[in-house]
Amino acid sequence: MSKEKPPYILLRHRDIPDLDNLEVYRQNGGFKAFEKVVTQMEPAAVTEVVKASGLRGRGGAGFPTGLKWSFIDNKSWPHYVVANADESEPGTFKDREIMEGNPYQFLEGVAICAYAVQANVAYIYLRGEFWNLAASLDQHIAALEAAGLLGENLFGSKYSLRLYTHLGAGAYICGEETALLESLEGKLGQPRLRPPFPPSYGLYGKPTIVNNVETLANVPLIIERGAEWYRSMGTEKSPGVKIFSLSGCVNKPGNYELPLGTTFRELIFEHGGGIPGGRNIKAIMAAGASSSLIVADERALDTPMDYESVPSVGAQLGSASVIVIDDSVSIPWLIDKTTHFFRHESCGKCTPCREGTFWMSHLTERIANGRARREDVELLYDVASQIRGKCLCALGEFSIEAVLSGIERFRSDFDVAVGEVQTAAHVEQVPASD
Amino acid sequence: MLAEKYAQEIQTILAKYPPDQRRSAVMPLLYIAQRDKMYVNREDMAEIAEILGITPTEVASIVGFYSLYYEEQKGKYHIQVCTDLPCALRGAERFMQELCSRLNIRPGETTADGLITVEPVMCLAACDKAPMFQVQSGAGLSYHENQTVESALALIEQLRSDATRKRGRDSHV
Ligand SMILES: Cc1cc2nc3c(=O)[nH]c(=O)nc-3n(C[C@H](O)[C@H](O)[C@H](O)COP(=O)(O)O)c2cc1C
Ligand code: SF4
Ligand code: FES
Repeated sequence: MSKEKPPYILLRHRDIPDLDNLEVYRQNGGFKAFEKVVTQMEPAAVTEVVKASGLRGRGGAGFPTGLKWSFIDNKSWPHYVVANADESEPGTFKDREIMEGNPYQFLEGVAICAYAVQANVAYIYLRGEFWNLAASLDQHIAALEAAGLLGENLFGSKYSLRLYTHLGAGAYICGEETALLESLEGKLGQPRLRPPFPPSYGLYGKPTIVNNVETLANVPLIIERGAEWYRSMGTEKSPGVKIFSLSGCVNKPGNYELPLGTTFRELIFEHGGGIPGGRNIKAIMAAGASSSLIVADERALDTPMDYESVPSVGAQLGSASVIVIDDSVSIPWLIDKTTHFFRHESCGKCTPCREGTFWMSHLTERIANGRARREDVELLYDVASQIRGKCLCALGEFSIEAVLSGIERFRSDFDVAVGEVQTAAHVEQVPASD
Repeated sequence: MLAEKYAQEIQTILAKYPPDQRRSAVMPLLYIAQRDKMYVNREDMAEIAEILGITPTEVASIVGFYSLYYEEQKGKYHIQVCTDLPCALRGAERFMQELCSRLNIRPGETTADGLITVEPVMCLAACDKAPMFQVQSGAGLSYHENQTVESALALIEQLRSDATRKRGRDSHV
């Protein structure tokens, strides 16, 4: 028996047709929250409400959003806001649906954030493949300017705000906030050494708030309905709703907006319709390709998907991009896919990541193709362990999650893979997929 | 010259960034150049460098770093099939292999008529709609989701006839 679906909070376009039309959005309360903050609230008070709501960043790290805003350095000006719409983690496709279906709620969230930190310019950094999406956001921004909701002296106040889109050009690393800022400055998208963090030293060296699209899309309703309302959903440490992007071996892949703390079982079997072809679930990745492999036993399936519970099964919630893996999938094949991804996406700035992802992909390819020996698996484990803790940004760490957990938790798959070795492995050619 | 042909667009782009941070416009300007010819050549890089007050080498390093810019002419249309993990779990690799064999090419190659290049790419944020691909061409980028080999071939036929029609028109001028 399915419970009655409460109204959507982020994917509201599924309840309300034509929500990407400004008139329709305004008829449904749109831009009331922005008007309220500009005309009735002190900037710091806006940040306080967001803090009280317990909203945590949806881009992966789960950092408390209001706290981040409160770190903005008021001694240095101007301030900037940058919306992270790079959405490139394999298995993640939620920000795209928000921006396509409910773009004004996202833009209103950007505007409220900008007011809260007194930025007069905000950029929306989109991955290059979102070319059409950027063009439609440009039209929505123009509509907002025409309606007097963006521009100079908003609602008769002294506050002014301009929004601009900026397209990336195919680099996963530009989702990392400091690489994103470098890219937006017209440089190579390579991460910066931190600290200093963006709220004190961000775009053009100025205080900057970088937030994920989904994070920002939560903000208008938090202002409108209050922090208490937001806290009535989810768990104490992970309040609110989250969009879970469900993909892989599942009957009904797609985005599911559910309270944080929903179990893997409910997402995969109730909403996602279970595993196709009468197969059994074998493993789960909770944070896209950056995730460790969770053994999908009963305990894991009953684990709530929130920031505090997922670590109990040896993983992180991250962006909540849930990839389902059934028992037909060989784990060596799977980690060969992920290591190739990270090898391709390593920005090359630090040696352990650049060289490590290269060697890992070399070894995983050999293992996946059944041309490796047992020692190659040990070597792979060794190379992966060497990367840990030695990298400038989290990409290096992401690249070893599936490898280490795969070998530790699905050892028998590797035994099968190396058992098929017939002749001593010869020198391999470089993988053809780059 | 880009500066003459796209004067209006270039002004709009430059206006997005602070006057002392023109360099931020390098990626959007490269897109203008690429849309014009489907790749970015040396002259365009030099011109963009001049517009922004940076060196041609700096522009070239940007082109080299980001995977959506091309330095050489390939097919007129790039069919970029996502074969990343979530899509691969839904048959994307088989889809690409089959599509390529129907076109008599291998992944990464261009068809004999020089029009169609098929290549594997990383996740395109459409994992629930695999098999899927994007088509990159002078006109921009478009997504094609929930594809079959037949639907992809039909689209390719459409692209080919568009290209023939366009060539016919160009030869009249
Ligand atoms: C390699 C890498 C890729 C990332 N990709 C994204 C991304 O595509 N989108 C995103 O919002 N955050 C991404 N992040 C996280 C950002 O660095 C940053 O934490 C986030 O944008 C902050 O926003 P939030 O607090 O609203 O989550 C990535 C981080 C790393 C290390
Ligand atoms: S860890 Fe990898 S992606 Fe991150 S800065 Fe170093 S080389 Fe670049
Ligand atoms: S894995 Fe193919 S679109 Fe995400």
